Amino acid sequence: MTERAEAIAVRGLRKRFGPLEVLKGVSLTAREGDVIAIIGGSGSGKSTFLRCINMLELPSAGSVAIHGETISMKPDGHGGQTPADRRQVQRIRSRLGMVFQSFNLWQHMTILQNVIEAPVHVLGLSKGEAVERAEGLLRRVGLFEKRDAYPAFLSGGQQQRAAIARALAIQPHVMLFDEPTSALDPELVGEVLGVIGDLAQEKRTMILVTHEMKFARNVASHVVFLADGMVEEEGPPDAIFDAPRSERLRKFISSIH
Amino acid sequence: MSDETVSATAITELPSREGFFKPHRIVLIVIALLVVFCAVWFMRWDWVPRYAGRLAYGVGVTLLMLVSTSVLGFLLALPIGLVQVTGPWPLRMLARGFCTTIRGTPLLLQLWLLYYGLGSLFPQFPEIRNSFLWPYLREAWPYGVAALTISFAAYEGEVMRGAFAGVPRGELEAARAFGMSRLTVFRRIWLPRAVHRALPTLNGEMVLQLKATPLVATITVIDVYAIISKVRQETYITYEPLLLLALIYLCLTAVLVVAFRWFENRIPTRGA
Repeated sequence: MTERAEAIAVRGLRKRFGPLEVLKGVSLTAREGDVIAIIGGSGSGKSTFLRCINMLELPSAGSVAIHGETISMKPDGHGGQTPADRRQVQRIRSRLGMVFQSFNLWQHMTILQNVIEAPVHVLGLSKGEAVERAEGLLRRVGLFEKRDAYPAFLSGGQQQRAAIARALAIQPHVMLFDEPTSALDPELVGEVLGVIGDLAQEKRTMILVTHEMKFARNVASHVVFLADGMVEEEGPPDAIFDAPRSERLRKFISSIH
Repeated sequence: MSDETVSATAITELPSREGFFKPHRIVLIVIALLVVFCAVWFMRWDWVPRYAGRLAYGVGVTLLMLVSTSVLGFLLALPIGLVQVTGPWPLRMLARGFCTTIRGTPLLLQLWLLYYGLGSLFPQFPEIRNSFLWPYLREAWPYGVAALTISFAAYEGEVMRGAFAGVPRGELEAARAFGMSRLTVFRRIWLPRAVHRALPTLNGEMVLQLKATPLVATITVIDVYAIISKVRQETYITYEPLLLLALIYLCLTAVLVVAFRWFENRIPTRGA
């Protein structure tokens, strides 16, 4: 069996907010088809880590490579670093589909307009092509009937499903989920997890920051436990949840259940 | 501003057709008709046909002043608002200083400073007298347009500062996360979102701008207010021209409110 290609390779990532070091050298490799769940307590730096992958947060040190292409960085003159080539970052971002905790749909556009926005104005697709693609995706997430509604008129679960369709519309190499169900009412969590679960079944490469342990266990191929800005433990879900080696992970898992 | 606040501060709620004829409305309509009847019957309106052409011209000038200064002022307000939110500090201080100065002094004073001050300085420079601009600089209206534009830019610069700052960070972040360049983020997300948020305020500001236009009559621009003053001087009739003037401004305001309402409703917001 040949080794699957590296979709994302993060090496020695550090992030400092003033005197506070949130990430203290985190490395992670996602091969194509991997579904990686990042778990950890609040303040463990898991969201920050995810946001460093597409440079929404600028890592203070370390490197990020997408499909073997390393994002080139230069010193920012304050002891940190900043992207050397903004266009490279924009190009790489357009291959990463990000789903946010608070949906972040553009409120002045209908659902359909939200979904075709990046394909048309970033990837340069024709409007007809983008609409066709978007309608297919909206059908998939069960929102075809809502395509002309504005986000404010949708439930949280519907908004998050629309946001997933928006992220899929750029045909991303990797999907990034930043606590996609944390802002939802409990009864709406299921519909969103259902959609994400389907994506995992298709062997889509995904990195998922989540608090839903049961879900992480079911869909993830690999689980990473972050604590205090470091990888405390990682491995296949069964090993992580059934046979945690470190004391902190044991405590974390028992606190969840 | 929350949706509740917006609906609470709306100038008029346009009633639906079915709900219009309620008893209290019928009483009010009868009173209004009575007032109109008395005004027509007991007051003098024979001068109106003689001045109709000039009045129409005056309304045209007023509208031209309003629209041109609002559009120009708004275009200026965009960078003024934007640099206060995101610009480097020298530009930010400049924009803030501009807004404070203009908003802190009367419009009439600014108008006179431009017209009597700057306007009387210009002829002393042969370069200006010989330039292609001179035929315009000898007129009064460019000073009126300049003063009204500057004033609108300052007030709207503040409005847009708030509107730009009020666009949720997450939506801008999402735009960046999908690979949009700074310009695309601004053009596609930040600007339209901010303008939409600011529309109710801009509506009110444009109504205020309409009612600021008569000031240009003090520097000899002939707008509808100046025409009415002329009527009063020539016919010695006092109240009737003023009543007509009030009616004209009311109608123009109504048109503005309805037009803005249409724009606001193009993107529905979920409100109380």
